[in-house]
Amino acid sequence: MAARPPSAEAAAEPAQKVALTVNGRRHALDIDPRVTLLDALRENLALTGTKKGCDQGQCGACTVIVNGQRINSCLTLAVMHAGDEITTIEGLAEDGDLHPMQAAFVRHDGLQCGYCTPGQICSAVALVAEHKAGWPSHVTADVASVPALTDTEIAERMSGNICRCAAYANIVAAIRDVAEGGRS
Amino acid sequence: MKPFRYERASGVASACASAAEPTAKFIAGGTNLIDLMKLQIETPAHLVDIGPLPLGDIEETQEGGLRIGALVTNSALAADMRVRRRYPLLSQAILAGASTQLRNKATTGGNLLQRTRCAYFYDTTKPCNKRVPGSGCAALAGLNRMNAVLGVSDSCIAAHPSDMAVAMTALDAQIETVARDGTARTIPIDALYRAPGDTPHIETVLAPGELIRSVLLPPPPPGRQVYRKVRDRASFAFALVSAAVVLATDNSRVRAARVAFGGLSYKPWRSVQAEAALAGAALTRASFDAAGFVALGDARGYGHNDFKIPLARRTLRATLAAAAGIA
Repeated sequence: MAARPPSAEAAAEPAQKVALTVNGRRHALDIDPRVTLLDALRENLALTGTKKGCDQGQCGACTVIVNGQRINSCLTLAVMHAGDEITTIEGLAEDGDLHPMQAAFVRHDGLQCGYCTPGQICSAVALVAEHKAGWPSHVTADVASVPALTDTEIAERMSGNICRCAAYANIVAAIRDVAEGGRS
Repeated sequence: MKPFRYERASGVASACASAAEPTAKFIAGGTNLIDLMKLQIETPAHLVDIGPLPLGDIEETQEGGLRIGALVTNSALAADMRVRRRYPLLSQAILAGASTQLRNKATTGGNLLQRTRCAYFYDTTKPCNKRVPGSGCAALAGLNRMNAVLGVSDSCIAAHPSDMAVAMTALDAQIETVARDGTARTIPIDALYRAPGDTPHIETVLAPGELIRSVLLPPPPPGRQVYRKVRDRASFAFALVSAAVVLATDNSRVRAARVAFGGLSYKPWRSVQAEAALAGAALTRASFDAAGFVALGDARGYGHNDFKIPLARRTLRATLAAAAGIA
């Protein structure tokens, strides 16, 4: 079950000041220290593109990019992110043009209901950067090598994002397309 | 989540002093602790965020090893080329655990201190001596398929969930800590964890406020390093059984071996008995099976997890065979 917003519970500690930088904009917040980054994005900043799925780090719907790295925003507190650069699905498009990964998901039909999609896309954007940085994965035969981004590698690296519509084949195709240079 | 006071650490000494309060806890990556706080299994009144402390580097030691800062993320450690080349076992183990999103937040110190994923520890409607001391253990006669078979007690049969720590155990890692009074000490990883006995809620030998600063890896032992994890699905699942092996060979015989298991005990389970059985043995299935037999000699199943005992033997055999290049 998703946690209730904590505001109604008794004996709360006083709100804490924190400035969050989200999609290049700085937001000064007075916030209960219990509020997760996910809830702060959705409830305090009205950035509802980031989705709450399991709220326990298993589904990946809440994936955002913090200082260039993808994380589960449900398992971190907003107050822990002063000074961090946070990118959500709303921050990927530039000047009205979809990010290449967003365009590839559209082109390859990498979704059905769309609920997991913001997390999938944020995760995929970071995945491509991690691969470019030479990171190995569990399916890399020799961890000292820099593996090619095969479908098996993509699937393993996306295992933190669940799609209950099972659009996986097209998600993998979209990511492969972008990693190989893409069309958009 | 229960209310708590949040403190951003400004130095090691003050962080240790703050966290020495009985109701205080350190927080680093938070991927396990915040989950447990949402469920009110962990209810700290005071969180000391050690994120700002300068413990995020991996340094070469004069002896030829590595000193890994407690705040080095699992991702950074697994991707470090020195680790990948010299301690591939450690990269393999880390990459076998969790998802990239979690590894990007999870830290070296936090991984060591994560709590069990025993279903009854998480189910607040059931007895659990680890969660509520004295309440009993629902896992003993419950659905204990994921639970431990070695070194545990009738008070608690929870298994330690880490993969990283299993590799570190095979690599003879040392845990470097600093206490509230500033005293530094070094704890062999095998001595970090306390057997459950009658007090399964006390999981490590760390004192209140004692902070893991770093993990010291001695120079890599000679031989091939292989980590093998057996689980219910191909990715993002905890181990049923895992094996970490370092195998040095000479003319189709074992010169020296290191063996550690995950998923079998309250801690990563080093088997010096298996290592002794392997020393000098021929590189054959019979030798590997003999090592597995002594490694699991004291194992006890609790019903649903009986399968782990033969599975661990077979996993060890397969891991040794892979390390010997005969798989």
